[in-house]
Amino acid sequence: MATNHIEVILSRQLADCLTIPVFLTDPEGNLLFYNEPAEELLGKRYEETGQMPVSEWSTIFSPMDRSGNRIPPEDLPLVKTLAHRRPAHGTFWIEGLHGEKNEISVTAYPLIGRPDRFLGAVALFWKTVEP
Amino acid sequence: MKITIWGTRGSLPAPSPDNNEFGGNTSCVSVTQGDTLVILDAGSGIRRLGNSMPPGISRIDILLTHLHLDHIMGLGFFLPLYNPNMRVNIWGPTGYKESLFTRLQRYLSPPLFPIRLQDLPSQPQIFEINESSFDIGPFRIKSSYICHPGPTVGFRIENGSAVLTYMPDHEPALGAAHFPHEPAWTSGYELARGADLLLHDAQYTPEEYLPRVGWGHSTMDDALKFAEMAAVKKLLFFHHDPSHTDQQIQHQLHQAMGNKRFPFEVGIAAEGTVFQLPEG
Ligand SMILES: [Zn+2]
Ligand SMILES: [Zn+2]
Repeated sequence: MATNHIEVILSRQLADCLTIPVFLTDPEGNLLFYNEPAEELLGKRYEETGQMPVSEWSTIFSPMDRSGNRIPPEDLPLVKTLAHRRPAHGTFWIEGLHGEKNEISVTAYPLIGRPDRFLGAVALFWKTVEP
Repeated sequence: MKITIWGTRGSLPAPSPDNNEFGGNTSCVSVTQGDTLVILDAGSGIRRLGNSMPPGISRIDILLTHLHLDHIMGLGFFLPLYNPNMRVNIWGPTGYKESLFTRLQRYLSPPLFPIRLQDLPSQPQIFEINESSFDIGPFRIKSSYICHPGPTVGFRIENGSAVLTYMPDHEPALGAAHFPHEPAWTSGYELARGADLLLHDAQYTPEEYLPRVGWGHSTMDDALKFAEMAAVKKLLFFHHDPSHTDQQIQHQLHQAMGNKRFPFEVGIAAEGTVFQLPEG
């Protein structure tokens, strides 16, 4: 089993300590880790799912714009960060487990280790409007 | 390969009649096979190594885990660096922008040291490493960034099936809610996996560690957990705190071991000890 890079390990350990939802992905977008607050967003538990390929986790959300139109994956901040290796920020709406709409803000940043190794991305989520 | 320990102390040399058993010099370990000589870190222990060089050596490779002073303080006092006929290569971790040469030169230049790095008669070559694999003589060497403040690597040296892993400064438990995590999430695991001999940081007692979380060092308990996960064959505690006497380090060991049994040998690294790892 390959050990994750130290930058990825420390990102997980930080996420583990935070009370805001955090996703941690590899360069391909596979969800390597999500913390307990992010479990609420996904409706899944990390202990049960483990790592998730991008095809799986991206369909659990159905991100929409203010008018309820589906947002294509390439417009999501985390996907932009993975594509361009730059921080990205955005706001969208997702449907909760009971059909309620939650406004979510996301800030994603790339993990670039020494000397210039692109190792993945981290996304931080804020529920901007409580249902 | 023959492994000789020239310095085991962390942070600061600690010569004292109370430290004779484990030694007062800072980190330095030599690894030899035939006329190949690899030196792990250039702490104050490297001075004595320089004075007792095995004959027939014309090339020396110094592998630096990082540039904290206790790991480079001996460089300027290593006599082979003043021999114009000696080929010396210095390997160390890549940083952000400043080259390894520039960072090393901060120490090897006035006012800290009278002779500049570029004026050393052996004209050492500097090589930057990170997640690297390279060969020196019969040794296959792997380096990887590990958890310690500033750019820091650990080393895995393979000679045939014999494996030595060297991580003098390492805090794999940092931030982990329940250390150890599974191997994929443990700093340094890949370097230590199945090693015949692991030299690992064990600077603090559990009481000392609590106010020093994030300083980059481990307790014996965490080093034991790490070694167990990595399924090493022998663990030697390394990087002894300069304030710990031989007696205190022995006590630390008894506290950490208790009645527990481990499926590998455990000991305290002592200056002057020699190990042979058969190539297998
Ligand atoms: Zn040190
Ligand atoms: Zn250090």
